[in-house]
Amino acid sequence: MGMEKYRIDQSQGLEFGLYSLGDHLSNPHTGERISAQQRLKELVESAKLADQAGIDFFSVGESHQEYFTTQAHSVVLSAIAQATEKIKIGSSSTILSTSDPVRVFEDFATIDLISNGRAEIIAGRASRIGLFELLGYDVRDYEELFEEKFELLLQINENEVVNWSGDFRAPLRNAKVLPRPKEGSMPIWRAVGGTPTSAVKAGFQGVPMALAMLGGPVSHFKTSIDTYRQALTQVGYNPTDFPVATTGFFYTAETTQQALREYYPHINEGMKRTNGRGFAKQLFAQGADKRSVMLVGSPQEIIEKILYQHEQFGHQRYMAQLEFGGVPFDKIMKNIEIIGTEIIPAIRKYTAKK
Amino acid sequence: MKIVGLSGSIVGSKTRTAMNYLSKEISEKYPEVEFNLIDLADYNIQFSDGRNYLEYEGDTGFVTKQIMEADAIIIGTPIFQASIPATLKNIFDLLPEKSFRDKIVSIIVTAGSPKHYLIVEQQLKPILSYMKAQVVQSYVFIEEKDFYRKEIINDDIIFRFQRLVEDTVVLTETYMNIRKAKEEEYDF
Repeated sequence: MGMEKYRIDQSQGLEFGLYSLGDHLSNPHTGERISAQQRLKELVESAKLADQAGIDFFSVGESHQEYFTTQAHSVVLSAIAQATEKIKIGSSSTILSTSDPVRVFEDFATIDLISNGRAEIIAGRASRIGLFELLGYDVRDYEELFEEKFELLLQINENEVVNWSGDFRAPLRNAKVLPRPKEGSMPIWRAVGGTPTSAVKAGFQGVPMALAMLGGPVSHFKTSIDTYRQALTQVGYNPTDFPVATTGFFYTAETTQQALREYYPHINEGMKRTNGRGFAKQLFAQGADKRSVMLVGSPQEIIEKILYQHEQFGHQRYMAQLEFGGVPFDKIMKNIEIIGTEIIPAIRKYTAKK
Repeated sequence: MKIVGLSGSIVGSKTRTAMNYLSKEISEKYPEVEFNLIDLADYNIQFSDGRNYLEYEGDTGFVTKQIMEADAIIIGTPIFQASIPATLKNIFDLLPEKSFRDKIVSIIVTAGSPKHYLIVEQQLKPILSYMKAQVVQSYVFIEEKDFYRKEIINDDIIFRFQRLVEDTVVLTETYMNIRKAKEEEYDF
């Protein structure tokens, strides 16, 4: 079967993507915060630049709370679909637990048609749970809400006519969920946090995994990826049919020192606002080490680290979180330029499967 | 320097009495310290349901944010059924892992019997260590017989309060300086 179903062509090498949580925070270097409207415009603009730079994937996530601006992430992605030509677009992630899978599928199938077959869904369970109250769900159903809705979403994706019943939604009787994506179905990934337990769930379900890596050693995340592939094998799937994506903090500048200096305040202040705790300098300093997953450094160091991670993980896509915590647009542009001219050519050269 | 005093029970008066002595000692000796006494009896705190502490509203949100913003926390606790009260444990459960990283925590205990003297060692300190607190090792252990009508009548306890406050402030200051020096070394 291979990974065609997920639109992954390994002869092109490791894919490079950008992702945004859609956070709306002030730039800690200046204390200024752009308007929500400006932030949205810059997101669409970043996607355009990424497309032109040859970046493979661009995604936007949903968060329903203060300091975020992409609550309606599928609407933002629709604007990006219209503004771009070749780049694949997706969610990072869609919080399926508090949405109706039928509506999610309708939205993303529509984006797939508008974008001429470039849309993907990465579905997750939410790391912040304020949205349960806002949208009228009980956080005590956190686990079951996601599992049930995710199963339904996968069914809708695979079958044009669906018969289904469950606990959290009215049953579907010979339901046709339309429109269909360009190729009939589209790639749907499961977003997985740091623990191997959720990786096992992705494996048992036979879906591709997008693994979040905020910080820590490469070896730690390798365990999750190995566990995922073992789980796939255990239930009779072939791991070579399922792509793995990793995500993490990314920032590049001329020297590693400069990259650390420019990016640290964004991460520290951004984490304080959105998670209530800053990012310890000690941990951030360790992030510069080759064995750490964080990609903050000079272009050369980043290339070496991506190749090391690829050797360890054998993954198909890396997704960079470049613009967290109010990184100004001129720096985003600069980073995209370096990714396109220096980083991607090097990693493709070494990871393309002949 | 921000210090929060946390009176960990919603019943009885002894822990609160002890915390009043503590407040007085801090405000007299260290008027520059920003000290807030949180008596859980004055607040309506919900049980932890696993959300991020920033997402709690009302009293629960207020108390968790006060604690997270403090440089040092002085915990006052009675002993119930040979352990800390559920109200205090709930505060720990409301906070994230490693919440006490870079914070100094000191302890005052009120107990009905000297037989409870190891409860702090065996039950409270392991929680504080797990949450990465810098714990002031000596604590003030106050028994039933040290109180008379909401006053402390044992002078030894008063001396212990003085030492606890001094140790807490000195350690907090020292720790803040160590951190500052270390952070400057990073050059980012």
